[in-house]
Order: sequence, then structure tokens, then C-alpha cells
Amino acid sequence: MASLDDLKKRISSVKSTQKITKAMKMVAAAKLRRAQESAEKGRPYSDKMNNIILNLSNGISDIDNAPKLLSGTGENKVHLCVVMTSDRGLCGGFNTNIIKKAKLYFQKILDEGKTLKIITVGTKGYDQLKRLYGDNIIERISFKDSKNVNYFDADKVGKIVIEKFDKKEFDVCTIFYNQFKNVITQIPQEQQIIPLKTSEKEENSLEDNYEFEPEEDEILSNLLPKNISTQIFKAMLENSASEQGSRMSAMDNATRNAGEMVDKLTIEYNRSRQAAITKELIEIISGAESL
Amino acid sequence: MSEEYSVEIVNPEKSFLSKNDVTEVVVPAFEGEIGILKDHISIISFLKPGIIKIFSKSGEESFYVNDGIIEFKDNNLSILTSLILNLKDIDKEKISEIQKSAEEEFKRSDINDQEKYLLDQKLEVLKSIN
Repeated sequence: MASLDDLKKRISSVKSTQKITKAMKMVAAAKLRRAQESAEKGRPYSDKMNNIILNLSNGISDIDNAPKLLSGTGENKVHLCVVMTSDRGLCGGFNTNIIKKAKLYFQKILDEGKTLKIITVGTKGYDQLKRLYGDNIIERISFKDSKNVNYFDADKVGKIVIEKFDKKEFDVCTIFYNQFKNVITQIPQEQQIIPLKTSEKEENSLEDNYEFEPEEDEILSNLLPKNISTQIFKAMLENSASEQGSRMSAMDNATRNAGEMVDKLTIEYNRSRQAAITKELIEIISGAESL
Repeated sequence: MSEEYSVEIVNPEKSFLSKNDVTEVVVPAFEGEIGILKDHISIISFLKPGIIKIFSKSGEESFYVNDGIIEFKDNNLSILTSLILNLKDIDKEKISEIQKSAEEEFKRSDINDQEKYLLDQKLEVLKSIN
């Protein structure tokens, strides 16, 4: 059994760890509120953007001449995956969940004999992927320096993706991120952004007759790159809310576990202290008896 | 009948402005300025850098936009833009910053004519408000 001194040290070290996790939980809770707010505020933009694009793509008559970002290159050989993770650790299964989802997809792509290219956003994703897929990673991006998620960061990622598409470096682009549902549930998502999938809501917007200025094609070819950035931005917002939520519940668990541990150790400490006292007493009594 | 309709301006971060007593909005569309009154035909267009003017009962407001898309439908005008600034409480420093980066980009040789045109427009507008 550990000595009294050791137990005392362990109790105090667990207690200070508990203090840290408690503080981290509180910070995450405050940040979560902000992240959630901005995720909600960001929704109208991406929803409206989506709507307009739906209306536009329905209006396009000549599918063959549609912009490539919408219809794809016609091939399906090279897949680009944008894996979005956090820059910091200690957030429970947040990063692992995204990576797990992404790895499944990667395996499928590779099994089909297609080429895989990866862009990682956030350092944690890179750390987890570099061992297995180091050769596939063509770019890694991190926004460690920017405090809040902002559109210009998303735009940077979007521009990189589009630049690569224009150079015909890939055919299909998928992004991976965590969708924020609530504090305990975040759902890892894969979303294909190139070519754009417009399966939902197609029927109800057909009757709209719009006037376009300039021509539809021109608007569409200007709009689609923006939509890429918008989708990435949306994913970043969801991700940051998820990250904070995940961290909050992870730290909450850690705090509770530390509390349990302190209780257990305290009982053990008290028991062994009592045992020591009893032992001393027995020694004294039996010493006195033998006299 | 009232001559008012509603307008909503959203940027990626948040819903920037929402009004429902607007009588006219003038937007810098790509092929020239458009003034939109009530019961305008449904229209989708995109914007070049310029000034949006909103006339409402409470007065006139002006905003600088970098780019954007507008959609008008059923007397609802949505303006989506990545950067919007209210001219009333404009930050001179920010304007000069944008101006500087635009000037730098203008000097680059690898941009096409359309981008050049847009940048030219941008500089012109920025100069006029600064």
C-alpha cells in the first residue's frame, strides 16, 4: 500500500488537474455560446446562396454547357478530400470522429483504384493522417492565428480548391467536418461540393421565373466559386461550434472523473491513516500488557 | 396601396440589416445600376463594387459593398455580400486598407480583363468615398 505521504501528494495533484479541467470546461462553454451564435447567424447566407443556385441551375437549359463546377469534369478518377479538424487537442473524440469517417471514405476510394488527394485544414487532422496517408496530402492549412472563424479564411481555402480544379487536378471534391447537433452529439459529415449535388427541393422552385442580368451562365459561373467558399465557411462554423461543445463535455467528464478519484483516494488515505493509528494503539496496549 | 417592400442584407457572419419599410433600393449591378421599386419582376443579378442606396420612410442609407448577389422575389429583396460597410460610420483606415490591397492586385499581370474592370471600379468607388 502506498504511504500516507504518497497518497497526500496524489490527492493534491488530482485536485489541481481538476481545477484545470474545470477552467477549460468553463472557457469552452463561453466559447461555445459564441460559436453557436455565429453558426446560427451564418445560416441565412448559406441557405439563401443555396436557394439562388438551385433556382439558377434549374433555369439552365443546356446541361452540356453548364459550368464545370456544377456538372463536374465528366470523369471520376481523382478525388480531393478536404478534412477539417481543430488546431487544438483535448476535445474528446472530435477530431478522431472526423478522421474515422474520412479514413473509411479514403479506403473506399483507394479500393476502387482511384487517386486520392487530401487537403487538411487544422493541425490535428494532419497529425493523425500523416502516418497513413502522408503521400496523399497535397496541402495543409491551419488558421491557428485567427481568433474567430471568419469568411476570409474560408475564402482562402475555397480559392485553393478552385485553383486546383481549374488546373484539372481533381474531379470530385468532398469536405469532411462535424455537424453541431448539441453539446453531446456532433455528427461527422461528408459533403460533396464539386460537382454540386442539387437533389433537394428541386420541384418547388421550378415555377419561379426570374430575370437574369447578366445571363444565367455568367451569373452561375461567378456564383459557384463563391458557393464553394460559403460551404466551406459553413463547415468551419459548424466545426468550431462542435469543437467547443465536444471539448466542454470532455472536460466535464474529466472534472467528474477527477472528483471521483479524489473521493476514492481520500477514503484510502483515511483508511490507511486509521490503520496506522490502530496499529500504534495495539502496539502500545500489547506493550503495556506484557509489563 | 403602400409602396413599401422588405429588404434583407446578409453577409457570411450574420444578417446585416433587415428592413420592411423600403421604397426604393439602388444597387450597383454588374451591368449598371438598378433601382428596384415595389412589384419589380423577379430578378437575380450580381453586384460589382459600389454603393447600395436604400430609401425608406426613416430616410436614406448608403452602404459600400465589395461584391454580392441580389435576388428579388415576391417583394422581398435579398442581398448577399461578403463585405459591407455602412457609409455613415465608416472607418477611414479600413477603406484605405481595402484600397491598398486592390491597388496591389491591380498591378498584377496575371488577372484577366473582367477582374481588372472590377478592380478599377472598386478603386473608383473607394476614392470617391474616401
